[in-house]
Amino acid sequence: MTDPRSVGPAALPRLVGARVARREDPRFLTGQGSYVDDHRPARLLYAAFLRSPQAHARIVAIDASAALALPGVTAVLTGEEIARASKPVRAASKTPAVKVTSFPPLALGKVRHVGEAVAMIAAENRYVAEDAVERIVVEYEPLPLITDMERALEAASPLVHEEAGTNLLVAREFARGDVDAALASAAVVVRERFRFHRHTAICMENRGCLAEYATGSGTLTLRSSAQCPGIVRDVLTDLLDMPEHQIRVIAEDVGGGFGAKASLYPEEIATCVMARRLGRPVKWIGDRREDLLATTHAWDEIIDAELGLDRDGAIVGLRAQVTADIGAYSIYPWTAAIEPVQTISFLPGPYRVPTYRGRTRGVATCKTPLGPYRGVGRPPAVFVIEGLMDRAARRLGLDPTEIRLRNFIRDEDFPYKSPSGIVWDRASFTASLLRAREAMDYDAVRAEQARARAAGRWLGIGVASYVELTGIGSAIPVAPGVPIATGTEAATIRVDPAGKVTAVFGVASHGQGLETTLAQIVADEVGVPIEDVRVLHGDTALSPYGTGTYASRSLVLAGGAAIMAGRAVREKMLTIAGHLLEADPADLVPAAGRLAVRGMPDRSVTVREIARAAYTGVKQLPKGLEPGLEATRFYDPYYGTASNATHLAVVEVDRATCHVSVLRYLVVEDCGRMVNPLIVDGQVHGGVAQGLGAALLEEIVYDEHGQLLSGTLMDYVVPSACEVPWMEVHHLETPSPVTLGGFRGMGEGGTIGAPAAIANAVADALAPLGVEVAELPVTPERIFRLVSRGP
Amino acid sequence: MADMMTVRLKVNGVAHEGRCEPRKLLVDFIREDLGLTGTHVGCEHGICGACTIIVNGESARSCIMLAVQADGAELMTVEGLMQDGKLHPLQEAFREHHGLQCGFCTPGMLMTALDFLRTNPSPSDREIREGISAVLCRCTGYQGIVNAVRAAAATLRGGR
Repeated sequence: MTDPRSVGPAALPRLVGARVARREDPRFLTGQGSYVDDHRPARLLYAAFLRSPQAHARIVAIDASAALALPGVTAVLTGEEIARASKPVRAASKTPAVKVTSFPPLALGKVRHVGEAVAMIAAENRYVAEDAVERIVVEYEPLPLITDMERALEAASPLVHEEAGTNLLVAREFARGDVDAALASAAVVVRERFRFHRHTAICMENRGCLAEYATGSGTLTLRSSAQCPGIVRDVLTDLLDMPEHQIRVIAEDVGGGFGAKASLYPEEIATCVMARRLGRPVKWIGDRREDLLATTHAWDEIIDAELGLDRDGAIVGLRAQVTADIGAYSIYPWTAAIEPVQTISFLPGPYRVPTYRGRTRGVATCKTPLGPYRGVGRPPAVFVIEGLMDRAARRLGLDPTEIRLRNFIRDEDFPYKSPSGIVWDRASFTASLLRAREAMDYDAVRAEQARARAAGRWLGIGVASYVELTGIGSAIPVAPGVPIATGTEAATIRVDPAGKVTAVFGVASHGQGLETTLAQIVADEVGVPIEDVRVLHGDTALSPYGTGTYASRSLVLAGGAAIMAGRAVREKMLTIAGHLLEADPADLVPAAGRLAVRGMPDRSVTVREIARAAYTGVKQLPKGLEPGLEATRFYDPYYGTASNATHLAVVEVDRATCHVSVLRYLVVEDCGRMVNPLIVDGQVHGGVAQGLGAALLEEIVYDEHGQLLSGTLMDYVVPSACEVPWMEVHHLETPSPVTLGGFRGMGEGGTIGAPAAIANAVADALAPLGVEVAELPVTPERIFRLVSRGP
Repeated sequence: MADMMTVRLKVNGVAHEGRCEPRKLLVDFIREDLGLTGTHVGCEHGICGACTIIVNGESARSCIMLAVQADGAELMTVEGLMQDGKLHPLQEAFREHHGLQCGFCTPGMLMTALDFLRTNPSPSDREIREGISAVLCRCTGYQGIVNAVRAAAATLRGGR
């Protein structure tokens, strides 16, 4: 680990902090992107999956003879056959809080949710493959099923995984102090049963993959719409029993991920097995129905929570129980614990919470597996704590901003250890809220609200402040007990003999613009124009060891590695230049693309000349210096760093239709030192839009038979441009004291703050009616029921 | 397998002829038979708009059209937007205003915006939002896109 305090300025600090237009854009704008489905190698076969129509049933028999008889059909694969070629996936955990269960790539013995892959067809084209899928006859024997997470905990409930002996796959508790005593003596206690319904990411590119097995060399290449090519490569090594260097995973251009493409999926394994078996390339591209049925779902929690405060509105204790419906399987590598444990870990928020007891439970049901989605656990956590803060403010007659200011972790409290053990390095909770109030002219908006209310309008203002842990290093697993290396990333920076720079990373950009932001850092560190830097990523055969892009980590970890590798290269350039110029390297000053002797601009050498000397003019190198000009460095930020923001939303609820319009939306965020404000703004905008969808529109709905009712984009409604308001984004830049470069991660924050801010705004709009918002999404139907029922 | 049918059409000014099953979607014909992979498939039920192209001068969703329905038609796809090695003002504006992130909806968004600005060269922001609401973007929150379309409208009005 490199001490961030020891790092001085970059060689040529010009680009970090600038609104550099994205370098990946020209290929996307001209239709030259390279997504998985754009690849069609010779002899390609197309795959389609037969998916279970049953939520819980024993597979009695599978007859694929009619499918195989169809012209153009090459092969079929079932659970029993794939079990001979691949181990089942078992998402291991080092903590006893998680019961480990198996996830077979194709259903084995029984199906556990509607949409589970049962058999795979490979055929000459996708149309024929789908025809063949319809001809597979599966005899199912329906089993008693469970779709209600609380009933799944009853002793008589059918078991989703017999091997676990229970549906309770995750149980964990965090505690600090005597919360029972604190709540018993609190002046005010507010409590609520919150419900954050099931959602899903809806990447515009459906999941897909393309496997090629070279029988001659025994190498397997998998192109996948994955966020984490390194993780997929590592696990395939184990599942398929192949050496790691024989497996290459490529995630070139990926059409959105948002966490939903950060897990291993059954189709990736099945496609590899099929390609290996047939010795032909096999491609599977999921359709939107498959995406809604078989891409991980998110959130889906019931949270019972109580917050105690003293007469002045200071928090004395927080007691909560989270119950999460984790669906049918524990996903790899994150396990079923990622959502419920993350929620309970972050529930105390940016506040001083002296006593806490948080219990969390992850319960298996016959639904699509739960996985990470932008914010992971924190959108529900922030909805709950911020909802409780507003309830407390109403009880105490305080303004919602005032009660937060009284309870924030203060600047003098950092580093602050939260009740769940997370250390906040430094953040700007108070400053962000004050700035948000000022930027919105909060008092004026409150006055406007008073006038609107007097006129009978339902206008509300919602505030939400949050803190998230980003750029997580090796001291903390990204998900509880996960036995993989999530705490490091590496950069290889190579200057070729022509003086151009290639920087290779194990992270995998899928919309974040890392080809631009990392190039900005590299250009500054090496001291070359950005045009001379090319960033490669998302290919395990090219990059040093890494896992991928998830958990708001890439800019912090890969950026830190870029600084370290860039400086190593720079140092060698100075040594060589000093030798060539017969000057002390300490006397050399950088200019774009060259190094000159201080005060003597005529005595200079170009990067190209230095690079040429490094490789080919070995006699020009100082005695004993190793030829070549490249460096690989690994960076581990160890704990991670806090990012924070305050969101303010102004909404109006239509009294006739109960439709919610978001009239204003304002964010004051702090992601430390910004590399590219254009990209930071874009991440905030996109995150808020997803949070708005979560708050008002989107919901995965199952019936009591475990049938998915929201199986199209007409039923699962994501926001269009008409539903999303203009967003005003302000930045505070509190450099992280614990990361190289002072960067903090910020890819998820918008989605963490927005559901709570909008929920609180709707609740504020309806406050005169004495009702509370405890359920998201707060759809017109739910609002209608709330206002019809009254307090 | 059903009888193959001949489809003759023009894409970005170039004549193509292909043979396909009557059930083949136009978007699959464009991507697989013509090799123009810039047009993307997002939902195959006409909601997300990623597959939007220009058919005989108007925007249309190529995932809910059959290739045989486009026999004799003139199509334009994202590959046809750049002229003489120069980005179209819409493309320039999307880059300058960060109107794209993952790039997957971008081709459909560009084609939709192109048709929208043809019918409404001086739109208000509200009209821009309605005009592009036919395409879903999950990355940008639409703000960069609205800014880009507004800027491109001004450039296009400025006489090109």
